[in-house]
Amino acid sequence: MSADRPGLTLALHLGLLAVLGGLQLVLPAFHLAMLARIMVLASYAVGYNLLLGYAGLMSLGHAMFFAAGMYGTGLTIQHLGLGVAASLLAGLVSALMVAAVVGAITLRTAGPAFLIVTMMLAQAFYLATLYFNDVTGGDQGFILSGLGLELGGRRWALADPGVKYNAALIVFGASLLLSLWLARSPVGRVLVAMRENEERTRLLGYNTLRLKLFAVVVSGLLAGLAGSAYTLLFSYVGSTFAGVLYSIYPLLWTLLGGAGTTLGPLVGTLVMTYVVDVASGITTGYLIVVGAALVVMTLWAPAGIVGGIRARWARWLP
Amino acid sequence: MTLGAHLFLALLEGTVGALVLALTALGLSLVFGVMRIVNVAHGEFFMLGAIVTWYVAATTGSFLLALVAAPLAVATVAVLADRLVLRPIGYEPEGTIVATIGILYILQQLVLMTYGPYARPVAAPVYFRVDFPWFGYSGYKLVVAGVAAVLLLATWVALSWTRLGLYLRATQQDREMAQAFAVPVERVYTIAFGVGAGLAAVAAALIVPVQQAHYLMGLDALLLSFVVVILGGLGSLRGTVVAAFVVGLSDGLISVLFSPTLAKIAATLLVGLVLAVRGRGLFGEEVA
Amino acid sequence: MTRLLETRAVSKRFGGLEAVSAVDFRVDRGEVRALIGPNGAGKTTLVGLISGRLDPTAGQVFFRERDVTRLRAWDRVGLGIVYTFQVTSIYRRLSVRDNVALAVQRRRLRRLLDWIALDRDGLARDVEAALARVGLGDLGGQPAGALAYGHQRVLEVAMALALEPELLILDEPTQGLAAGEIDALCRLVRDVAGTATVLLIEHNLGVVLELASRVTVMDQGRIIAEGTPREIEAHPEVQRVYLGR
Repeated sequence: MSADRPGLTLALHLGLLAVLGGLQLVLPAFHLAMLARIMVLASYAVGYNLLLGYAGLMSLGHAMFFAAGMYGTGLTIQHLGLGVAASLLAGLVSALMVAAVVGAITLRTAGPAFLIVTMMLAQAFYLATLYFNDVTGGDQGFILSGLGLELGGRRWALADPGVKYNAALIVFGASLLLSLWLARSPVGRVLVAMRENEERTRLLGYNTLRLKLFAVVVSGLLAGLAGSAYTLLFSYVGSTFAGVLYSIYPLLWTLLGGAGTTLGPLVGTLVMTYVVDVASGITTGYLIVVGAALVVMTLWAPAGIVGGIRARWARWLP
Repeated sequence: MTLGAHLFLALLEGTVGALVLALTALGLSLVFGVMRIVNVAHGEFFMLGAIVTWYVAATTGSFLLALVAAPLAVATVAVLADRLVLRPIGYEPEGTIVATIGILYILQQLVLMTYGPYARPVAAPVYFRVDFPWFGYSGYKLVVAGVAAVLLLATWVALSWTRLGLYLRATQQDREMAQAFAVPVERVYTIAFGVGAGLAAVAAALIVPVQQAHYLMGLDALLLSFVVVILGGLGSLRGTVVAAFVVGLSDGLISVLFSPTLAKIAATLLVGLVLAVRGRGLFGEEVA
Repeated sequence: MTRLLETRAVSKRFGGLEAVSAVDFRVDRGEVRALIGPNGAGKTTLVGLISGRLDPTAGQVFFRERDVTRLRAWDRVGLGIVYTFQVTSIYRRLSVRDNVALAVQRRRLRRLLDWIALDRDGLARDVEAALARVGLGDLGGQPAGALAYGHQRVLEVAMALALEPELLILDEPTQGLAAGEIDALCRLVRDVAGTATVLLIEHNLGVVLELASRVTVMDQGRIIAEGTPREIEAHPEVQRVYLGR
């Protein structure tokens, strides 16, 4: 906003994407696979950050948007035999519908009420995926195979590591640039204003109900895109991704990276995914690092990594 | 069994469930009401109560001892959490939510690492069968219902007639006013948090011979408690009990007549919608 | 059309208390109307009903001869009813410039496309002009919360002006201001009165006498007197209620 450096900001973000692209030439296969997964999950966090970091609404139900994308894509492939592009669209449409419904229901709620309603709705969604397990595969889920995209006269197999990595990069890149543009647009500014002082914003002539609905829908849509992409790239659909842990993960990643920053979600997802990975090799109770991270951050680093950097050295960071 | 018998069974199950649920939810309601915070770790206090009960009963052989030890132990853990985490952040609403989610995972995973992933049974202290004309029913469950009812009554008496109860109610009504009258608000907060956890723990201790102790049992307890507190209203003892009965009985009915999963879906959907409609102002937010 | 604002038998009940009782209130274009009365008289409530912050229990509100009773607060701002809060309400963590920008931006967001791409330079120019008009030009980069209280109040007025109001409602604008700041505010209001109609809730009778063309007196939810400042000063009912004589 006032401390703007648009050229530098854009260069930074594009540079980051270029670096991520370039890593393909240097990193070993294991880390490339991790990074591909991280980029898709980071897109999820970008969507979550839009609602938490900009509109100031903390949801504990984002897994239902992620899973809507996942099931929308996975089920249409499995039961309707749709191709990759069509099923991606189906996933997005599913997420859009779920987000629109949830947005409408939560229109007049905020704070703790919003938190609990979203958690409840997501839990109902999760239980429904278990209840209808002959269609969804329930907890076990199901595996998709042979996914590929026909493009430019060639068939790109999504199971191929190179294709997977670049597809993930494209998804993340799109989400990141969208979030950057949104953060600096009039809409983004009004969302922040709404977070800072809702009544003032209303009395400045802004329809805060419509804005809130917009934030929930776009956030849900991005989460659904990530869910869709996850299914396509990692060939798996299962109830776990609709569970409460997958609503807490984006909260954790966003807070750790820095809520209200564009780069925070990637940083948070990156750090936490590796930490969880290492911890899972050490103990069965590895999710304790999730708990510890949340407590530590609340006590000592509420602004997160990028948030802290921004406050101290780079106020122009969006 | 006829439909009537099924309904009677559902009524019994529902009543037992409702009383235990009332006890659990009361803990959460107290914390909401007095401290104005959402304790997402509340379900884990319930789970800890069950685990501690198993441990004490398994090592000492005395269920009665476990029944006393569980709430005390869990309350201690809660007080620690309050002192180390919640008080330093000043009970700030968003931070508290995030921190209690963190505490949820810490407690849950610590139990996983020590107690393990298995569900373990706890022997009921008494075993007898009550024979109804249509079916036999576990006598212990009726004992649970009785004890839970007594504990609820005792809590009501304590809240209404003791000085601590007065402090709790005063702080809930108007924190600034209470401070002006020299009520030690910070200490009241810590005690409320501890008592809230203790109530959940004793409820778990009572029900664990029926349910088994498992490290993941906290989530269901949390969700049901949320449902009850939202339907019944913050900090209202009567509201909590009434809502617990509504939820417990309907859960019992739908579970027996249809399926437990469907019952849960219905409960969570219902409260989501109720809160969406009634939500404004429920948590003390300023209504413009 | 001279009748800008009109309320017809508007009432607001909060539980057992009727804060505003069947009030018929009219403001003409170009007026500077002062609304006075003891604490609890219902002034802020009445003004809340006009601005859309509150929904009436009964009665109607008309603006420019159009029934706006059902219209939401944000739509009323679009029509030109702008309210500044009794307790200053600004974006404390945003810079002064960003505060004003949010108000200026509102006027420029007409089509859907504007929400996506706005003329940043034009916006910046308007913001600087708005700040200059109220004398806050030098403080643009500061966080609004760091400003002295007097300046925060002026900032809020600047934001209100940026919305190009037809009816500017000021709720106790001089409260908490030092003498020099009060004079500056009076000058500002007189300047604004050239382009907008002003409705002013005030306790400072000196300011009322200086600025107002007409005065309305409220007590216990009703209007008890209306007239020029001189007439009101001498009104026996007003003297009894307000000055206890």
